[in-house]
Amino acid sequence: MTRASAVRVGLVYPELLGTYGDRGNAVVLVERCARRGIEAELVEIAAGTTIPASLDIYLFGGGEDDAQIMAAQGMRASRSAIDTARASGAVMFAVCAGFQLLGSTYEANDGEILDGLGLVDLATRSGAGRLIGECVVEPAAVTGLPALTGFENHGGRTTLGPDEVPLGRVTVGHGNGVSGGDGTEVDGVLADRILGTYLHGPVLPRNPALADHLLGWVLGADALTPLNDGVVDRLRTERLHDARLTGLAARRRDWHCNRG
Amino acid sequence: MSAALAAGTAAGWASRVTGRGAGTQVSGRVMLMIEPDLIATVAHGRHVTIISATNGKTTTTRLLAEALRACGTPVASNHTGANMPAGVAAALGRDPEPEVAVLEVDERWVPKVVGPLHAELLVLGNLTRDQLDRFGEVRSIAEKWRVVCANHPDLAVVANASDPHVVWSVGAHANVTWVAVGAPWRSDAATCPECSALLTWSADLFHCDHCGFTQPDATYRLSEDALITPTGRVELGIRLPGDWNRMNAALALAVAIAHFDCDPERAAVGVRSVEVVSGRFSTCRLSDGRDALVLLAKNPAGWTEVLRWLEPRSTAVVLAVNAHVADGRDPSWLWDVPYELLRGKDVAASGERALDVAVRLDYGGVPHIVEHDPLRAAARLPGDVHIIASYTQFTHLTRASW
Repeated sequence: MTRASAVRVGLVYPELLGTYGDRGNAVVLVERCARRGIEAELVEIAAGTTIPASLDIYLFGGGEDDAQIMAAQGMRASRSAIDTARASGAVMFAVCAGFQLLGSTYEANDGEILDGLGLVDLATRSGAGRLIGECVVEPAAVTGLPALTGFENHGGRTTLGPDEVPLGRVTVGHGNGVSGGDGTEVDGVLADRILGTYLHGPVLPRNPALADHLLGWVLGADALTPLNDGVVDRLRTERLHDARLTGLAARRRDWHCNRG
Repeated sequence: MSAALAAGTAAGWASRVTGRGAGTQVSGRVMLMIEPDLIATVAHGRHVTIISATNGKTTTTRLLAEALRACGTPVASNHTGANMPAGVAAALGRDPEPEVAVLEVDERWVPKVVGPLHAELLVLGNLTRDQLDRFGEVRSIAEKWRVVCANHPDLAVVANASDPHVVWSVGAHANVTWVAVGAPWRSDAATCPECSALLTWSADLFHCDHCGFTQPDATYRLSEDALITPTGRVELGIRLPGDWNRMNAALALAVAIAHFDCDPERAAVGVRSVEVVSGRFSTCRLSDGRDALVLLAKNPAGWTEVLRWLEPRSTAVVLAVNAHVADGRDPSWLWDVPYELLRGKDVAASGERALDVAVRLDYGGVPHIVEHDPLRAAARLPGDVHIIASYTQFTHLTRASW
């Protein structure tokens, strides 16, 4: 498959949504194109400006509470451009605060309920205590993705609407922080060319298959020739092992608490 | 009180000889266990200055102590960087004579110690993102400091006018001296601390177009390598490396002049005398006899400053990163630091999180080796070697020089 133009990766409001290293996600997407001989360009969308409609992938990262409010204003003001981009096949990838902003509403730190973009049916409220630590998510089988490793750090609890599908099931950590009917926890959201998650790390450097999944939505799966991810594979093995130990320790703690 | 001090000192000695640490923290903890009011007791009758910041508090504390000593004032200080209440108690208990105490205090602990220490002066340096999994976001620390300033109207404050979070935390405090040291790292101050609108930055000045929150006029100002004071210009001429240490020196010198009435030139002599601060900028001997300079970098702002300083230098670099509680358990900040500045140098990814570093370098186009042990990594690199270390790597590497 050949493209008439370069893949344009938009990093939305990095000054506001860049507190947790999520810029790394944009770097990885651009570099994985370049290594395959596909032209790609990183477009930083400065806070205070309108988001352009002309990009292929839009990245929304994590940020502090006040910054999230500013980012939400800019995103809502850019709604028509985002709709135009979506209509022409653009991908939305959002992490943590950015993930919350894809939904209908979220709660500011003073308790006020504010509007998000409303691209997906999900709502976020503050919970008791922040959820912090290594996190492992088993993605929905339709994605064909291996386990995702990341680090979560958020106070939000996100409830998906009845028709929304999560990115995956949480095996270590908390993800959306809301228990489903069967007692399991899920992370993120997976919709038509929209993917949201609570995972930092950043998540795409740690999970190259997820990066390629997003690129596949733009380029088609055929364009994604295999890359040498040797050092990333070692990192993934280490992180997944570490998270399993953390998860075991947490479960043991819970078991003792419940028994006592 | 003497029983508490004796028991604490013994515990500190035990910690040192067993190689567990510098001993200050543990000895202070034992002292506080035996006598919880010890901080107030050891501070009684003394003139206490508290220094806090995300970056540079240990160095600024040392620089101020040396400036005052050069002007003939004996000073008690927690010079090893033990900056929680236990470390403060231990430092004061160990050195009961000097009337003047200059104490570094951890950002989060400032509200807990200003009262018990009867602090007369609070020096506030900078607030940037640091260990988000542990300390929370910058905003929460600024709020704590703001309450301290509001609740202690008699407290004298010397503060960095170039940092929006610091300026906001000082608020409408009446007794404040502003020192403008510049703002090389702005990534953690995109929004107005007062109204959350976007801040406008021009040169080194910030302004909020929405609510009018703006940089205060400073009485003291860092200009290149000199401090501009109301009565003239003092050359810094420090021996410590980097722009960040010039900022620390400017703040320390301004405090010495403004609050302690020091002669500017004599105080500057004290500031210039400092070469090593609590292991910072000290060297490690490698197995082949070479020495490697060890630098501490704790957060994106600190790492960025160190890399900018290293860029023009011809040296190999070991990046030694851990992710224990004291380092921050989430090393995702690696992606906010411009490691691309290291292109063209011999580089090693090291520390317990060497693989996170390696992946970052790989995507940054920086060829490197992976070697978890930083001293072994340094030995494998040619020529001059600098080791940049996260907190727990740093304390491990420099323990011998504390």
